[in-house]
Amino acid sequence: MIDQPSVKQPKVALVDLFIEFLIIGAVSFGGGIIAYERILLIEKRKWLSVDEFMGFLAISQTMPGLNSVNLAVLAGDHIRGIWGALVSTIGLILPGSAFVLIIGVAYTNNNEHPFANLILTGIAAGACGLLAAITYRIGDQHWKHFKSLIIIVCTFGLMSIAKFSLPLVLLIMAPISIYLYRPNRS
Amino acid sequence: MMSSLIQLALTFSLLSILAVGGGTAVLPEMQTLLAQQFHIDHTQFVHIYSIGQVAPGPNMLMVLIIGFKVAGLIGAGIVLITFFVPSSILCFYAGRLWNHFADNPWRRSIQDALEPISIGLMASGVYAVAKASIISPITAILGLLALYFILKTKLNPVYVILGSGGLGFIYLRYLHFL
Repeated sequence: MIDQPSVKQPKVALVDLFIEFLIIGAVSFGGGIIAYERILLIEKRKWLSVDEFMGFLAISQTMPGLNSVNLAVLAGDHIRGIWGALVSTIGLILPGSAFVLIIGVAYTNNNEHPFANLILTGIAAGACGLLAAITYRIGDQHWKHFKSLIIIVCTFGLMSIAKFSLPLVLLIMAPISIYLYRPNRS
Repeated sequence: MMSSLIQLALTFSLLSILAVGGGTAVLPEMQTLLAQQFHIDHTQFVHIYSIGQVAPGPNMLMVLIIGFKVAGLIGAGIVLITFFVPSSILCFYAGRLWNHFADNPWRRSIQDALEPISIGLMASGVYAVAKASIISPITAILGLLALYFILKTKLNPVYVILGSGGLGFIYLRYLHFL
């Protein structure tokens, strides 16, 4: 991917790449980073084609790690090689890291403050609703698909009810699932 | 001190490479490990998780607060590196391999197979967060309201979460006698 012989566009400056991802990292309150990345890479700067983007998105979702970070790694690598991957990722996580650290320090220092705990009780309930909504949306077609639903329910059961550790759950479920989705099944 | 730093590094690099399907999938495992190793109870964990949901950027940056709580700024730095670097390196090489397997039917199969597993793990994440955050009738109502508004409206989730925090505060502080 790095040594592409026919470079159509002029070389993108690393600073440029860094700043574009830094902006996404700073404005993406409330999630939806993938959407911001899509707009940047395909529409705003046209660094990737739709096809390339969808391929990278699929890898991002399949590999461990956060999807938005993985996407920054892959897009950065495609645009400027390993240094591109590095500056894109750092740009993406820098603003949020500063944000959580400042609030986190305040939280750690005022752990027993009654007001803070009352607000956090409501915020936690809201965050739980958000998480449920995101899970429902990402599940999308899988909720209606019998084979997917069986795997979802088994994975959930092993993890949350049988309380197996995550590596064990993956060791059990991945071979079963790959077998069910093997190529050339009819 | 040194041993807790090493433990932080080991815990978060393990979580990093296990986080198939994004960070949510490792929430239950993270909650269990943190309770066992660093005595962070489920309520604290959910509070820290919730702070992370209000922040911009990738949704798991709240792990830095955990690092900070355990070992100060150095702890936060170690967590940042160990949680993000291993999975990023894996993804980097996977990206470079991707083209070599472009026409291999197994690529599609593996991706199809991993999707429902990661959704099941996300559902476990919802369950783990719900167990610690939905603790009374009012929190159940707030959680369901948030779910409704996020699925049915185009409101930015940050406003929904902050609104939930505000309503919860008003209820618990002033209307609790109702």
